[in-house]
Amino acid sequence: MDFFIQQLMTGLSIGSILLLVALGLAIIYGSMGVINMAHGEFVMLGAYGAWAMNAYFGLGLLASLAFVFVGVGAFGFAVERGVIRFLYRRPLDTILATWGIGVMLQQAVRLFAGGELRYVEMPSLLSGTVSVFGVIVPGYRVFIFLFVAALFLVTWFLMFRTSFGTRLRAVVQDRQTAMCFGVNADRVYSLTFAYGAGLAGLAGALVAPLKSVSPEMGGAYVVDAFFVVVLGGVQSLFGTVASAALLGQMSGSLAYLANDTIAKALVLLAIIVLIRFRPQGLFATKVRS
Amino acid sequence: MTMKRRSFLKGAAATGAIVATGFPHIWNKNMDLARAADGEIKVGVLFSLTGTTGIIEESLNKATLLAIEEINDAGGINGMRLVPIVEDPASDPATFAEKARKLVVGDKCVSVFGSYTSASRKAVLPVFERRDNLYWYPTLYEGRECSKNVIYTGAVPNQQQNEFIPWLVQNFGKKFYLIGSNYIYPKEENNYCKKMLESLGGEVVNEEYVPLGHSEFSSVINKIRSSEPNVIFSTVVGDSVVALHRQYRAAGLDPQKMPMASLTTSENEVAAMGGEAAAGHFTSAPYFMVHDSPENERFVAAYKRRWGDDKVTHFVSEPSYFQVHLFKQAVEQLAPSDITPPTIREAVKGQELMAPQGRIRVDPESLHTWLWPKIAMARADGQFEVLTSSSDWLLPEPYAAYPGQSCTEAGLVQK
Repeated sequence: MDFFIQQLMTGLSIGSILLLVALGLAIIYGSMGVINMAHGEFVMLGAYGAWAMNAYFGLGLLASLAFVFVGVGAFGFAVERGVIRFLYRRPLDTILATWGIGVMLQQAVRLFAGGELRYVEMPSLLSGTVSVFGVIVPGYRVFIFLFVAALFLVTWFLMFRTSFGTRLRAVVQDRQTAMCFGVNADRVYSLTFAYGAGLAGLAGALVAPLKSVSPEMGGAYVVDAFFVVVLGGVQSLFGTVASAALLGQMSGSLAYLANDTIAKALVLLAIIVLIRFRPQGLFATKVRS
Repeated sequence: MTMKRRSFLKGAAATGAIVATGFPHIWNKNMDLARAADGEIKVGVLFSLTGTTGIIEESLNKATLLAIEEINDAGGINGMRLVPIVEDPASDPATFAEKARKLVVGDKCVSVFGSYTSASRKAVLPVFERRDNLYWYPTLYEGRECSKNVIYTGAVPNQQQNEFIPWLVQNFGKKFYLIGSNYIYPKEENNYCKKMLESLGGEVVNEEYVPLGHSEFSSVINKIRSSEPNVIFSTVVGDSVVALHRQYRAAGLDPQKMPMASLTTSENEVAAMGGEAAAGHFTSAPYFMVHDSPENERFVAAYKRRWGDDKVTHFVSEPSYFQVHLFKQAVEQLAPSDITPPTIREAVKGQELMAPQGRIRVDPESLHTWLWPKIAMARADGQFEVLTSSSDWLLPEPYAAYPGQSCTEAGLVQK
């Protein structure tokens, strides 16, 4: 029984990290339909942001989160205004452009911060372990889980309970009609992109103490994020949660029963099979195209 | 200091000139025989300065250049200057082969110092074997290679494990959990580890491999918890080392009861994971930066003076450094008209040298190096504490895990 709970917790933890990384992409790709290949690099920028805040201003991880969110969000805003908005009707060009932005970001970070692995300290408050239902769980993983849950609620509230969210959903459903009703679609898109980028930045800062920080770290995260969003069903926030939870439990338990190499392969296979029989993902929202 | 930089710049300018003029060899073909013409000896330096392994290889490049500058500042080799020709193979095995060909065929280097990964060494091997040139390889590696065109100055499995495994069994217990990255090096090291454990009556509770670059170790840690090993024997490499150590610590596991024993965690990795995540875990290698010897003191001081105070030396940069001095010692014995890769190989056989780690010797049979294994514990300040040092230098046995096979002057022999 202990073992079962232990594995359940591990799956939840892996799932919460997946959701954390995918949430920003779910907003950007899900709502705006922009295939943002630089998402992993936004995550990387967040991790370096946390590192820089500590190295240059002596700020701890928790204190730097707000700065990272605003900083990476502002960068996302600039990217949307400077590049993405010219490419809304050209999905292939968007892929190329965002890929290029990603490569440039990697090299820029390499130039300014150096290419060696960096180190972000875990807040000492959270570096202990806690006992949940009788099993030992790292305190920091519990923190990430709670943080992601809160972040999800905030995002849901923003999308479904504020006038900004209403306008965004209106633009997503029918841009022309929404504009006829006086919605500034450009502005809505810029802010949405900025918010998604900010979320990616937060993800980077939060995973940094558990993993390693390097200019190339984004590659693994962007792949995971796309898996989660595509499997969950584009445009469905709850689908993203469900798919992150499912993938987390799957990779956790398969890695326990076999090993991580096999787990990775089987999870990929499962995604391919699922997408084959349900191309719209687990949850689909009806949208006029 | 300024003097050194100036002479280095001169060397670099000479390198640039050679590259810029293209193919001067077309018209001085007759001078090919004497490769040390004009009082200069050209050597290649082939470490990636960019790409995935660029960071670590850059430190090897720096250690190599430091040794070359030291030799030139002290009057060269029998009055001849060493001219380093630096190439950047960008962490790509195919580029390694291409640059190696350029150094050997185009620049007519008599030796090339290079490579960190086994993949890149395997890629350049045909170039050196076809031209009967010499490649000096500083990295610890999995063994199972026997080329008369490579001088191996890093450790092979028996040199890292012969003393380490019994020591671990004695101090912590017989149950081992083997975890490595999924490629050839960890598998070969684990093969040897299993053999050692068998002879010591030890037990392997699990052996598993994670994908390269893997960073989620929750399930591995659960398995470690439930199988309760005495020692976690880790050959995980790169970013994964950092993630594994951090998550081990976050999970509240205790290095005093269940330490990680690693063959791949050096001062570099410790700096990347933070001292407190590394503290209390063990590494076996022939060299640690804190090793107490006059040669090492000189090496560390010179390295910091040349490349910056915050730089660390580690168990791959040390061989990168001493192998150039080994090259010098061998070439010193040759007449200037007789400096060719095969004569250098003959001269380096049995050559001994006071390296930072201790007195080392090139084995005349296998061209691997006799080294001084040490066991050290990482400390929270990012350095290691050397706990035991072997009492004698240790014979390299590149085929230690394969009874009946050995590397001799005639090549690989099956008994």
